[in-house]
Amino acid sequence: MTELKSGSNLEKVLAAGHFAFTGECGPPKGANVEHLKEKLSHLKGNVDAVNMTDNQTAVVRMSSIAGSALMIEEGLEPNFQMVCRDRNRLAMMSDILGAYALGIRNMLCLSGDHQTFGNHPDAKNVHDIDSMQLIAMVKKMRDEGKFLNDEDIDVPPKMFIGAAANPFADPYEYRVYRLANKIEAGADFIQTQCIFNMEKFRDFMKKTVDMGLHEKCYILAGVTPMKNAGMANFMSKFVPGMDIPDSLIKRLKGVDKKDQAEEGIKFALEQVEEFKEMEGVAGVHMMAIEWEHMVPEIAKRANVLPRPVV
Amino acid sequence: MRLTYPAEVKIIQVPCTGRVDIIHLLNAMEDGADGVYVAGCLEGECHYIEGNLKAKRKVKYVKKILEELGIESERVEMYNLSSAQGARFAEIANEMVDQIRQLGPTPIKNSNAA
Amino acid sequence: MIVADRKSLDEILAMVEGDKKILLVGCKGCVTVCNTGGLKEVEILASSMKIARKKAGKEIDIDTHVLERQCDREYVEQISETVNDYDAVISMACGVGPQFLSEAYKEQKFYPAVNTTFFGGATEHGVWEERCAGCGTCGIHNFGGLCPIARCAKSLLHGPCGGSSNGNCEINKDTECIWDSIVRKKMEQGQLEDLLGVKGAKSWKTARDGGPRRSIREELVQGNI
Repeated sequence: MTELKSGSNLEKVLAAGHFAFTGECGPPKGANVEHLKEKLSHLKGNVDAVNMTDNQTAVVRMSSIAGSALMIEEGLEPNFQMVCRDRNRLAMMSDILGAYALGIRNMLCLSGDHQTFGNHPDAKNVHDIDSMQLIAMVKKMRDEGKFLNDEDIDVPPKMFIGAAANPFADPYEYRVYRLANKIEAGADFIQTQCIFNMEKFRDFMKKTVDMGLHEKCYILAGVTPMKNAGMANFMSKFVPGMDIPDSLIKRLKGVDKKDQAEEGIKFALEQVEEFKEMEGVAGVHMMAIEWEHMVPEIAKRANVLPRPVV
Repeated sequence: MRLTYPAEVKIIQVPCTGRVDIIHLLNAMEDGADGVYVAGCLEGECHYIEGNLKAKRKVKYVKKILEELGIESERVEMYNLSSAQGARFAEIANEMVDQIRQLGPTPIKNSNAA
Repeated sequence: MIVADRKSLDEILAMVEGDKKILLVGCKGCVTVCNTGGLKEVEILASSMKIARKKAGKEIDIDTHVLERQCDREYVEQISETVNDYDAVISMACGVGPQFLSEAYKEQKFYPAVNTTFFGGATEHGVWEERCAGCGTCGIHNFGGLCPIARCAKSLLHGPCGGSSNGNCEINKDTECIWDSIVRKKMEQGQLEDLLGVKGAKSWKTARDGGPRRSIREELVQGNI
């Protein structure tokens, strides 16, 4: 095994060749630490790391850095998310240093949803650098021990660098190249957008493997269990970059309303089973949106427990 | 064919309704007209291709201004008819006069003169 | 050109509510071309304001004047003899106009009648679109001649983001995803490799972020010999 870049649990699990299983948790819309702890309690022991979202969908929440630090106190490993929408390069670098100082070892570099979607649509957006440049910046800070301006960093932050990929956005033909670009920029792992269109994802992974990208980077497939047909419909219509096949909506509608959640979970479990076997997929990122309490059951039924201790 | 139309209507001739500008309609209102209408050729039959369509858009814009100012937009209208439709011309004149009568005098009239 | 939209009549009327004698100053530059603040629009606004005041039974006396440009001092000087005869002056030029007027005539109050929106052009009669963000360091040749700084909602230099769908931006379906267009153009031209690789962080020093900007053409500055 090559030398670890950050020594995070997630990195160690992946480096050891285990099938990774990560979770996600949105910080509270307030300073309600108890609520955050309650949500985290469902994830503990069931995942390798938990993404702490950064004002997701441009809605103000407790900072992802504070949420991540609280997560460490609870004995879980955070995957600290950072978007380019809300901070310029100064704030980003200082938060990266701060995050590292607080014990954070994984971070996910994102552009961020546009503020028009959120609860402060009148806000000015920043986008000083984009997600590609953020990845490169974190890598430079870690590997060269330098700030963006080439000044030396006194104790560089050793982050395991993550990035997102959405195989379902357009133009499709370019998506694999953009993924390659993120890997070249320095991404150590990728978490994909929620996958529902398996056919398209299989094709995307084939292209990824053909280009050898899976050998340069760990790719975690994004899974979101649908709670009901209404959620599938809503996401299909209103969430940007979502590709939800009619067949899935039909499948959910095909069962009694009270059984739709179970049907959604079944579909997610089928996906996990396929991802375990799919060439180039190194793990699953389970985004049980506001459904954290279902994660223990999902993890158990997906046969990914117990999580490896490395 | 001797047709009568209301004496309240003052006709201003233009070569084509395309010549009518927003400011002409506004000035008429500003100077105390209770209403203004533009009588253009039938749509698709403009001798200058689309003069009447341009007039239509301008009338629509003036209606918007009047609405913004809290004045009934029905005081300004666009009609289309051919030069052979004398009876229709009289009918439109009556229709417009009725419409304005229902609205009453312009709210602009009794203020200080321009 | 600089594109602007006229403010609502309500807003303009409220700005000069207490003023009786008003001068409305148009501009024959960009705002004439984008049909916002030229001769025609000045007359329309003047008439609309008169109608509004008459309806309210309030006095108003509006004069109009259209300057060659409001962004040149030599033209701004043309109203020097009359400008102080008014209770207020409304400028229908872009944001530059009322500032040049304010700088030239310190005693007078100048109000903007338009909202200056962007640098762009007409894509069809009556429709204008943004093309340039004035960042001070043009690199459109790197992006198939299309500017992602001005035309991507996130100003990405490595797009398109995950919200790009069917050629449209995630912010709404009426907004083109410029990155979709950039990528497709490069693919058609067989020059996709131009988009690969990581571009260094952009310097915003030349943009507004670097502070108010100034452009000096030495050969034109009088007194330079």
